[in-house]
Amino acid sequence: MNHSATISVRTNRTAVRRLSPLSSLLSPLPSPLLPLSSTFSPLSRPLYLLSSLFYLLLGAPSAHAARIGDISETKLWEQALRFFTFQDPAVRYALAGSMLLGVTCGLLGSFIVVRKMALVGDALSHAVLPGVALGFLWNMSKDPVAIFIGATVAGLLGTAVVSLIKQTTRLKEDTALGLVLASFFAVGICLVTMIQRLPTGNKSGIDKFLFGQAAAISEGDVRLMAVVTVLAIATIVLGYKEFLVTSFDAVFARAVGFPVQVIHYTLMLLLAFAVVIALQAVGVVLVSAMLITPAAAAYLLTDRMSRMLWLAALFGMVAGAVGAFLSFLGNNLPTGPFMVLGATAVFGLAFLFGPRHGVVAKWWRQRSVTQRTQRENTLKAVYHVLEGREFKGEGVSLRELAERRRETVEEAAREADSLRHHAQATLAEDGNLIVLTPDGWQRACAIVRNHRLWELYLTHEAQIAADHVHEDAEKIEHVLGEETVRELERRLKYATRDPHGRAIPGLADLRRGAGTEHRDPVVGYGRGS
Amino acid sequence: MNNLIPPFNFQHVFVAPWTENISTFGWTALMGFLVAAACGLVGNYLILRRMALVGDAISHSVLPGIAVAFLLSGSRGSLPMFLGALAAGIVTTVIIETIHKQSRVKQDAAIGIAFTSLFALGVIIISLYASKVDLDQECVLYGEIAFIPLEAPVRFAGLTLGPPTVLRMAVVTLLTGLLVACFYKELLVSSFDPALAISLGINAIFVHYALMSWLSVVVVSAFESVGAILVVAMLILPGATAALLSQRLPVVLGLTLAHAALSAVLGGHLATWLDCSIAGAMVVMGAALFCLVWIFSPGEGLLRRCGDMVVSRWLPRRVGRAD
Repeated sequence: MNHSATISVRTNRTAVRRLSPLSSLLSPLPSPLLPLSSTFSPLSRPLYLLSSLFYLLLGAPSAHAARIGDISETKLWEQALRFFTFQDPAVRYALAGSMLLGVTCGLLGSFIVVRKMALVGDALSHAVLPGVALGFLWNMSKDPVAIFIGATVAGLLGTAVVSLIKQTTRLKEDTALGLVLASFFAVGICLVTMIQRLPTGNKSGIDKFLFGQAAAISEGDVRLMAVVTVLAIATIVLGYKEFLVTSFDAVFARAVGFPVQVIHYTLMLLLAFAVVIALQAVGVVLVSAMLITPAAAAYLLTDRMSRMLWLAALFGMVAGAVGAFLSFLGNNLPTGPFMVLGATAVFGLAFLFGPRHGVVAKWWRQRSVTQRTQRENTLKAVYHVLEGREFKGEGVSLRELAERRRETVEEAAREADSLRHHAQATLAEDGNLIVLTPDGWQRACAIVRNHRLWELYLTHEAQIAADHVHEDAEKIEHVLGEETVRELERRLKYATRDPHGRAIPGLADLRRGAGTEHRDPVVGYGRGS
Repeated sequence: MNNLIPPFNFQHVFVAPWTENISTFGWTALMGFLVAAACGLVGNYLILRRMALVGDAISHSVLPGIAVAFLLSGSRGSLPMFLGALAAGIVTTVIIETIHKQSRVKQDAAIGIAFTSLFALGVIIISLYASKVDLDQECVLYGEIAFIPLEAPVRFAGLTLGPPTVLRMAVVTLLTGLLVACFYKELLVSSFDPALAISLGINAIFVHYALMSWLSVVVVSAFESVGAILVVAMLILPGATAALLSQRLPVVLGLTLAHAALSAVLGGHLATWLDCSIAGAMVVMGAALFCLVWIFSPGEGLLRRCGDMVVSRWLPRRVGRAD
């Protein structure tokens, strides 16, 4: 751009080189925060770490620096270096602010996600815009406190109008939310365009509230954010039980005498606070993502609310830092969208690779169940073949198996190999003869027993015709547990024949295993041992 | 502060637009009406199906579709934009369904995640390729309805027809009306009773996806003039206002059009007075109309409810005595 800007950038770069980043990071020890944080015993360590981090960010000695927007030429690695040395106070404020808002939004977002109120956050975040504009008009500057008050009032008014519409009209919640969201936003847009028309309004940077610019965060903003974050954490810690119970079982909460309405509005107020502090960095349009996405990612990873809160706060913080960093790399890049994409990336990882609820884990579980079912069907077929020739002979040939299962010999060979792999069978005669191991024989008996017991149960107890029970038994045989089988046997009085007249393998057959001698199975308990 | 609200001048606000400035005001108001009418007609079905916020989601997430279409085609032609928006709309629907079905995240959170991510992606594409994409962040939010009268009008067979954007929107609005008329029964039944629709041989899933696709088309044509978020207002406000006045769908559809026309004209006047975003002013007037209906609706307005409450508090004694 112009000459002076280039000079200021150069001096800045020399400053970066002169001060070693390490010394500036090590010099300020966050000692004053130590006694305070150690009084909260269960939360003390994470809190202490968090507070030291922010102390580092805010208290590190500042080198000479221009504002972020002053850079005329941007090279990626130089910008990255400038970011990671934390020399620039603007960078520190931006980063601290982004992380603080990530923590607050993550914590409060957890509650709206588990309450299925995610889109209330969306409506709230759009509804604050007229309040922001009015707060700005108060003294025609970006006074954090005035904007904070205006935006909070507007946000709460928005949620109140939503409940009023829901109570007094036939319109459903989604319509009410969308209506309030868009109408308040339109009022805000009108006010913003009117402000921009004013002689002073054009340079005010009020348009930065729409998509967010972390670089615009000032020291005062960070202070306000810190206050709100502490307030939110304190409220959640003090009222944890109440918030938890109200979120998961409002009826029970009312029954034990919790002030459900008060808790609800406290949450709304805190949400409005969170939205407002996030505005400047994320922007009105995308604040709801910071509420919903980190919390939803945490929701996928754990079943405990306390852990979910920690994870959501962590994810929010990471997303905030990523957004601040990426938007810093280029010229005039909005921060909010990068933060949102950072949060979405975290969500995507949790969605795919979450240990219990992740898509990959679920797919893996499903695959192993399918394979087990497949193996059990093969075992059953082997049993049927053996049964067909009254348990004479060593094993079952692939051809017999293939005929029984109505498939090709290749497929049968593959199935036999799968059995061998799981030590349920050995293959003899060049892999043409399947001989079950004791383990395989036991499993085969168990599956056939489950199948025939269930058929008998359906015909006896549920009065279903004998030719209608096979399909159902085909499915249930793989999932019946030991105890259910015992119960079935007891109810069926240890019957020995299924509805089609075939023998139900008994406990003794299971115990004996497939040895060298196959004899008639010992049927039923009465005769068995 | 005093400069914020300009003095009210009846001549300037109400007379001039219809006389000397008719060429600009007329086209803007007509465009506003067309957008609100097309959105309102589709929006009615969204409201009935409790999918108002899916409309919100799609109106945000067409942005990356449009941005990518711009980048690939290098032009602002209608066809690439429609295709991009259609793809984006379908992708949004699929993402919402996938998140909702494949994990334990509920539908509302899934909607919130899907559209914010896509919108963020769109904003980033626009700001990265600002020089190549003929869109800016402000346009995404406010729309550019004010520039419509400045466009070179389309001439056909010696007749001056009007700005191309208005003509395109007119086609979309007419098509919307036509589709609603042609598939009235299918839309009606599948919105109110999907089970009955299936038993009547109507493919409810197809109707759902067709509605979503048409929604994307309407949203993308409205997008340029009113912006991403105000589209939501255009989708919901007319239908919601009409729903407070009547429960019969044909009447509701008629009232939707009336609301669209009134809010466009009144919004135009408001914007003339306050000198603010025209699309914003139209939505504000739409919201004001909603509030009026909400308070004064003869059937179940707030006033009527208050009256009923007062009556029910005082009347029962007399009724009791009469018995």
